[in-house]
Amino acid sequence: MRCIYILPIGSIHQPILRTVAQEITLRFNCRCKIIPSLEAPSYAFEPDREQYSSGKILKQILNNETLCSLLKGTVKILGIVDVDLCTPILTFVFGEAQLGGKAATVSLCRLRQEFYGLPPDPKLLLERAKKEALHELGHTFGLVHCSDPKCVMYFSNSVRNIDVKTDSFCRSCSMLLCENKQSERE
Amino acid sequence: MRKDVHILVVDDERIMRDSLSDWLLEEGYEVVAVEDGARALEKVRAERWDALLVDLKMPGMDGIEVLEEVKKINQDIPVIIMTAYATVDSAVRAMKQGAYDYIVKPFNPEEIGLAIRKIIAYQDLLKENIYLRHELEKKYEFMDIIGKSHKMQEVLALVRTVAKSNSTILIEGESGTGKELVARAIHNSSLRSEGPFVAVSCAALPESLLESELFGHEKGAFTGAVARKKGRFEIANTGTLFLDEIGDISPKTQVGLLRVLEEKKFTRVGGTEVLQTDVRIISATNKDLKAMVAEEKFREDLYYRINVVSILLPPLRAKKEDIPLLVQHFLKKYCIENKKEIDGLSSEASRLLMKYDWPGNVRELENVIERAVVVAKERIIVPEDLPLLAAEEGKFKPTPDMSLREVEKEHILLALESNNWNITKTAKMLGIDRNTLSSRIKKYKLKKR
Repeated sequence: MRCIYILPIGSIHQPILRTVAQEITLRFNCRCKIIPSLEAPSYAFEPDREQYSSGKILKQILNNETLCSLLKGTVKILGIVDVDLCTPILTFVFGEAQLGGKAATVSLCRLRQEFYGLPPDPKLLLERAKKEALHELGHTFGLVHCSDPKCVMYFSNSVRNIDVKTDSFCRSCSMLLCENKQSERE
Repeated sequence: MRKDVHILVVDDERIMRDSLSDWLLEEGYEVVAVEDGARALEKVRAERWDALLVDLKMPGMDGIEVLEEVKKINQDIPVIIMTAYATVDSAVRAMKQGAYDYIVKPFNPEEIGLAIRKIIAYQDLLKENIYLRHELEKKYEFMDIIGKSHKMQEVLALVRTVAKSNSTILIEGESGTGKELVARAIHNSSLRSEGPFVAVSCAALPESLLESELFGHEKGAFTGAVARKKGRFEIANTGTLFLDEIGDISPKTQVGLLRVLEEKKFTRVGGTEVLQTDVRIISATNKDLKAMVAEEKFREDLYYRINVVSILLPPLRAKKEDIPLLVQHFLKKYCIENKKEIDGLSSEASRLLMKYDWPGNVRELENVIERAVVVAKERIIVPEDLPLLAAEEGKFKPTPDMSLREVEKEHILLALESNNWNITKTAKMLGIDRNTLSSRIKKYKLKKR
């Protein structure tokens, strides 16, 4: 049966994982399972940037032997980290995904109010985590950024954008998602 | 977000190319990434790009050099220079060379998003500009006569006005200025447009044949007249008769022509029956008819009959501002004819076209563009596709103290030599007919050097 796996990397708060899993089940209409966590991604640390390379984390997920067996068939895997992510070309990212591929990763670091010197807001963190998880998984189903600011596939370059968008796919992204899921099955 | 936006990434570091390409792909753009300037220039020559993202520091050709070369090929492509070395100097240098924007790696996601959105807006503006240009072109066109120069606008205004009248018209201008095109435009927009347009080249026929060609002949009128033949005056009835090179007709034919113009009556060669005709005469010449009248080589009464309205077509060298518009028109025409896709001319090729004196006028320009479209290997026409003009650059440079006569003589000699004195080929290259070329060779006493 089709399934999307959630892989905590390092220590991730369980309620967040469960909420994200429920949301994925609802939006992608498939099973979602939380699998045992991997160690914190020290291998992906970039000393010059004092951040973590999202690309290296994705590679680690794809090259992990145990995970490789899970990734056979048409499943996806979403790594969740709590470190600040970057790519060689961008100063930071909320997450990264293989476009039309198997793996994606999302960071909670910049989704927290504390990152911006504000008091913690667990509810807001959950909302943001759900949206970014759906966004990155959307990429693994071949969806690109959407021009509708309310659609979950809208490109967010700040938490403000994340808060403005909803946790659902717009009509055209939903249609594309259906088509792409169908063609993956075939 | 926009699938129709094509972006070329140029960066020597693979990790940067991949990272930027991945992000642009997620944004929904079409992306190709190459590792150096040489490959980038190949891509720019061969395909259409909406934007280039070029790294500043690269081994071999650096980002500024790539930018300079890209601008030579296509001035309109927006180039964003990317660098990890954020110095004001390099930013200023890039912007001076025509960079669209300048960003420092790694980019803030908001910054790169904004830069790309600016490009899309710029592209939309360019498209709107193209649309407006097309609208403007319509203003500068009349039945395939093209020109935005003040001189051509005056000609077009006159053509539009006289088209509706029934007066005779004399079109004066050098070979290749489009005299027949103007005559056809007048006919097509006149009340006679439903009738025939009949053209006769008076210079191409000997006197006896021209008379028979114009007025027709009866059976047995002369040796070889085995049957009655209708002349062009009869064929052109209710339409327009275009008499090209009218300065070349004999005094005898001038009399016959005057009679038709005055009485609207004529007789066939060898015949007695008087025939009526309703024809509008448009004549054309590249000779100075007024001077011929003074020398009594052309009848004064006929001159005034055919010259009720006079249209003077300026030579191309006197209206060089029309060259870009004409080039665009011929490019479009020959791209369709040859099923080719050519975006335009490189800056150097445009410079050559503007610098050249065009003795064969618009016809020569058309021939040059037709040839260039056929031989062009890329989407941009470069000087190599314009060999005559490129050769001119090196060989023959007219100076302001040279008379027009000297310039024309030198140019014709050069064209003859480049075609090994083959008259047909040379005439075609110059955009003039064989007879005109032969008369110029005689006039300038040109000989093989």
